[in-house]
Amino acid sequence: MTTIAIEDLVFDYPDGTRAIDGLDLSIAAGERVAIVGQNGSGKSTLIRHLNGLLRPTVGRVLIDGQDIASQRVAHLAAVVGLAFQDPDRQIFAGRVDAEVAFGPRNLGLRDGALEAAVSDALDVVGLDGVRAAKPYDLGYSRRKLLGLASILAMGTPVVVLDEPTTGQDARGIDRVRSIVRSISTDRTVIAVSHDMDFVAAEFGRIVVMRSGRIILDGTPADVFAADSWQTLATTFLEPPRAAVAGVEAGVGATPTPEALATALRAAGRGASDTDATDGAVRT
Amino acid sequence: MTLELASVSYRYAGYARPALRDVSLRVDDGEIVGIVGANEAGKTTLCLVASGLAPASIGGRLLSGSVVADGQDLARIPVHGLAERVAIGFQDPATQLSGATGSVIEEVALGPLNLGMPGREALERAHEALDALNIGDLAERDPLRLSGGQGQLVVIAALLAMRPRHLVLDEPTAQLDPHGTRLVADALRRLAAVGTALLIAEHKTDLLDELCGRIAVLDGGALVGDGSAASVLEDPRLVDRGVAPPSRVTIRRAIEAAGAAP
Repeated sequence: MTTIAIEDLVFDYPDGTRAIDGLDLSIAAGERVAIVGQNGSGKSTLIRHLNGLLRPTVGRVLIDGQDIASQRVAHLAAVVGLAFQDPDRQIFAGRVDAEVAFGPRNLGLRDGALEAAVSDALDVVGLDGVRAAKPYDLGYSRRKLLGLASILAMGTPVVVLDEPTTGQDARGIDRVRSIVRSISTDRTVIAVSHDMDFVAAEFGRIVVMRSGRIILDGTPADVFAADSWQTLATTFLEPPRAAVAGVEAGVGATPTPEALATALRAAGRGASDTDATDGAVRT
Repeated sequence: MTLELASVSYRYAGYARPALRDVSLRVDDGEIVGIVGANEAGKTTLCLVASGLAPASIGGRLLSGSVVADGQDLARIPVHGLAERVAIGFQDPATQLSGATGSVIEEVALGPLNLGMPGREALERAHEALDALNIGDLAERDPLRLSGGQGQLVVIAALLAMRPRHLVLDEPTAQLDPHGTRLVADALRRLAAVGTALLIAEHKTDLLDELCGRIAVLDGGALVGDGSAASVLEDPRLVDRGVAPPSRVTIRRAIEAAGAAP
């Protein structure tokens, strides 16, 4: 069980660009946290601090109460697994199963335990049928799932996913959703995403960033509530369409289609009363 | 400015199974046609073939059928002549950037310069293209040190600067936030308004819903649907083909399934 605390973090890139501008964030063990915001708002920069790929210009990152400034990336890799946005920056092995085995082997797993970690991860991402394939014979979306499997197999207490649904088709997005749900609840999951439907459905907490700072932090129902829309708009984010439809129908900003349907039913709006029409959910 | 694929089949060298099977599709001037389909349904291959970049033969015939832009068969045009006829935006911006320029503005001006345009005019066009996507502040940045989303916008700006008559885009907004996606949509609409024929492969059906008049559906390399955007996106079979309907359709179905009414 691992806790994360980021204190007064500032990060400047070498060219002087300030990417993180005084940010505090605490994440409890087992939390499901989505980080959203415009391109360039500092999301990817922030998560690269969690495993030491970037080091703070000012401020501290604490894992289980320990400042990680003096900890090596190799040590942090056992605690925080980071799946890159672009899988091709991550993949290097000649076979799918060898790619997935690399991380857990480095963490000391051998023989049966290693094999089990690899098999479980490939099974969860649906690549068990292509264990012997060359990673670059797989299409982009399956390489992306391979990148996820390589991180899952390490069994790190913290899993960080950078844009996991990018480039996935409908089945792929369903797969990524089920992967997130399958991660054991004692592991923390942090994802950066532009996909509001995905974050609203799978994450209990949403952190909204703008210009290197946090401007909203709460449950999907809070962050996508009507009185947050103006704040979201300042960073050009829009609530999920289900939330907009919920407000139009007078049942509040329901973040997912399922929540909207449930709210409508609870409000006593049975299908027998009126026909569901496009009109009321036009967005 | 029409782009027409007639009975096009394509197989990659070394593979027996075709990636495209007997695809016929026409994009008229000013039209924006969307392509949807699951991953590995043939969308990227269709983009490469429609832009004339997929080699017609390597140790045997790979391409059958014809791809014709403004009456000219692309197979008869040398590769260096393709750029001024059909522009293409690749899925991964990193593979599109030239790597030969030190700043974004040079990168965006490169296309017009390569078509023989005088430097001053090419630079003007490049600035115009950056402004159209609201990324004028990236002009002096190193193109190889941009975020995924910024890189994608720069690539699209570079295509806009070419003012192509035909434009093929392979998932042009995959890495963009909603705001960037909207800017790209507006820019593409303006391009269509001046007569460019656009073919766009995308997973984001919300985007295609508002952008396209027509949408074609690929499944296993074959065209299994081609019709008005509304009729294709409402088709219940879309989900079975691995394509998520736009959220307005998903929301309506969730409400109907719950037996509720708005």
